[in-house]
Amino acid sequence: MSGKVAYINARVIDPASRIDHAASPSGGVLTDGTKIMAMGPDIFNGGRPDDAEIVDCGGAVLAPGLVDMRVDFCEPGAEHKEDIDSGSHAAAAGGVTAVVTLPDTDPPIDDVSVLEFVARRARDVKLVKVFAYATITRGGNSDELVEMGLLRQAGAIAFTDGRRSVVNAKTLARALKYALAFDALIVQHAEEPNLSSGGVMQSGELSTRLGLPGIPREAETIMLNRDIALVRMTGGRYHAAHVSTAEGVACIRAAKAEGLRVTCDTAPPYFALNELAVGEYRTFAKLSPPLRTEDDRQAVVAGLADGTIDCIASDHFPQDQESKRLPFELAEFGSSGLESLLALTLELVHNGHLSLPEALAKVTSAPSALLNLPTGRLAAGTSADLVIFDPDRPTRIEPDSFTSKSKNSPFDGRLVQGQVIRTVVDGRTIYLRDA
Amino acid sequence: MHLAESRPYIPALMTASTTGISVPNLPAEIPFPHRHLLGIQELSPDEIGYLLDLSNAYAEHNRARGDKLDLMRNKTLINLFFEDSTRTRTSFELAGMRLGADVINIAVANSSIKKGETIIDTAMTLNAMHADALAVRHSNAGAVKLLSEKVNCAVINGGDGSHEHPTQALLDALTIRRHKGHLQGLLVALCGDVAHSRVARSNIYLLQTMGARVRVIAPPTLIPPAMERLGVEVFHDMRAGLEDCDIVMMLRLQRERMEGSFVPSVHEYFKFYGLDYDKLQHAKPDALIMHPGPMNRGVEIDSDVADDIDRSLIREQVEMGVAVRMACLDVLTRKRQADTP
Repeated sequence: MSGKVAYINARVIDPASRIDHAASPSGGVLTDGTKIMAMGPDIFNGGRPDDAEIVDCGGAVLAPGLVDMRVDFCEPGAEHKEDIDSGSHAAAAGGVTAVVTLPDTDPPIDDVSVLEFVARRARDVKLVKVFAYATITRGGNSDELVEMGLLRQAGAIAFTDGRRSVVNAKTLARALKYALAFDALIVQHAEEPNLSSGGVMQSGELSTRLGLPGIPREAETIMLNRDIALVRMTGGRYHAAHVSTAEGVACIRAAKAEGLRVTCDTAPPYFALNELAVGEYRTFAKLSPPLRTEDDRQAVVAGLADGTIDCIASDHFPQDQESKRLPFELAEFGSSGLESLLALTLELVHNGHLSLPEALAKVTSAPSALLNLPTGRLAAGTSADLVIFDPDRPTRIEPDSFTSKSKNSPFDGRLVQGQVIRTVVDGRTIYLRDA
Repeated sequence: MHLAESRPYIPALMTASTTGISVPNLPAEIPFPHRHLLGIQELSPDEIGYLLDLSNAYAEHNRARGDKLDLMRNKTLINLFFEDSTRTRTSFELAGMRLGADVINIAVANSSIKKGETIIDTAMTLNAMHADALAVRHSNAGAVKLLSEKVNCAVINGGDGSHEHPTQALLDALTIRRHKGHLQGLLVALCGDVAHSRVARSNIYLLQTMGARVRVIAPPTLIPPAMERLGVEVFHDMRAGLEDCDIVMMLRLQRERMEGSFVPSVHEYFKFYGLDYDKLQHAKPDALIMHPGPMNRGVEIDSDVADDIDRSLIREQVEMGVAVRMACLDVLTRKRQADTP
């Protein structure tokens, strides 16, 4: 992109450098082409550059664009649910400038050719930055390791079998160990599949009343405890995706205290909803892991507040109508999350659990640092990947107006505060809210 | 036979039927606000009482070999069974016919339509057929409710997964009431595969709503999570659990759960949880035996006990089933008629 843009009147927050400048007409961010040129509370004191386009942010927050470390764009294989184009537009509308897509596509990203296909599609779409995980095992469901070194060279950000757990302890131990050679992170959906098999929601009074097979919390904690033991054994780098239980948070907390290289994320449903959202068989609330109890939800919030939970990811898993308009047991798991990620993360701020910079760190600098991504911060010389948003504006989550191909949000109708105004990637505005 | 707390309009129906007049003289305002009958959980004690009273009147009508009624003349009942059933389907069929309805059976389980995938499509098809009432059974919890949201006629849940089976609970309650005179204060034991039983859940809700106490007796693997939160007492020892019980209700053990997965063997199950005279003697001397059928003789119930004409209500349960379904169809179709100008 050519030309300079001066973003004025913005409260500039960069969690990575702990910058939080109040909005002023003489301060803000100046970008030139794809990069940030300067930023600060008084950079325009000596006047604005004559050749710059002026963007008056009207007192809104300007922050690094969101980095969503867990999305599914369903391409290749399930383009009727989402594709890289529609998913990128959904991300842009959600203030997300970089995503990391899951590899359990069809075919899965378990070799360089599929990875390159995704990269090429993302280049063609040229909207948000699309990074990709590769699977840990061939097919994402075997005990044979993928070519981690070659995939890493080709750009795989980290390794995960996506929505499947690596069940075989020996396989996971080898993956953790082998990945050390390439400093690669192993990301695990921690769920013991024998214990959870057949289950469709949290096990308990509600599942008993609804007559639905349950998934006990222990499915998560058994796998986490085992995996942490394997991390201790191998010295590997391990990240637990979408931690959802109180005991799971406690496992991670203990592993961190022990000095193990263990991190984790969670997703908005696990800090903003509990099992009651299932109500009378609402399939939009059928998620994996399942929505847990109120005690678990509170523990997840506490884990976010004390830093045990490093990141928040949308866990964007689009499902078409046909996959959700079914009896609960037959419906697919998953929710469309990109376009509600920011507003739900801001709930943690409005509810007093996190400061605004702390909350933003969970969706910008923290995932970026964890995955070593060249984005997620504001500094002179870095990519101009920005989001401008009003953190207070009351709004309602309306899935029917989602840009995503799929509208399966368990937050349907929820009143929230916070609205994306503009999304910028490499200096180029890719989303601008209608005034 | 005990006839419990009759209400003014009940004798009217009975008079009507015995004199061959087919339209019962019922109050214009039906004390039943629901469009569908999806579960017992949504019913108040008064609504349950009303359904039981009306069912009882139909039971008497049927027992007196009363004439076929014409309450549902020119109306269509469709039995839509996504899961195999002979007993319940036949019962609905007979109930519809005795009310004068045209009855059609669609056995989806045997047709090329695969389960679940087409439930919304099925609803659209049924709407086009202008049915007045649907009796639906499905192997997934919540599926009947899902269907009810998409159709423009009254829906009766004929059993959805492990969720609810309201007409079964009503017929069980009617059977009990006719023998004990009331439900209030009775101690009822539900024995067997509670975890997977919609019959157990509907019975628990109904009996508790009407003031009875409920115990469940089963091996721990067949008790669902947080069972005691439903207000029942949980026992794993059959003799202890049956102590002081007025009613012993046995549940069917599904064949696929018998061998090794939930219980080690049929042999062991019968030894500890099968109802025989030895275990039965721990219940009250006048305790009565029930089973929703179909029975696995020698698995959950000893043949002699099941056939004991002094203690077993199993045959009467089937008889009451038709009466209860007549009452439910009657209420819902009249309700529907009253609602549509």
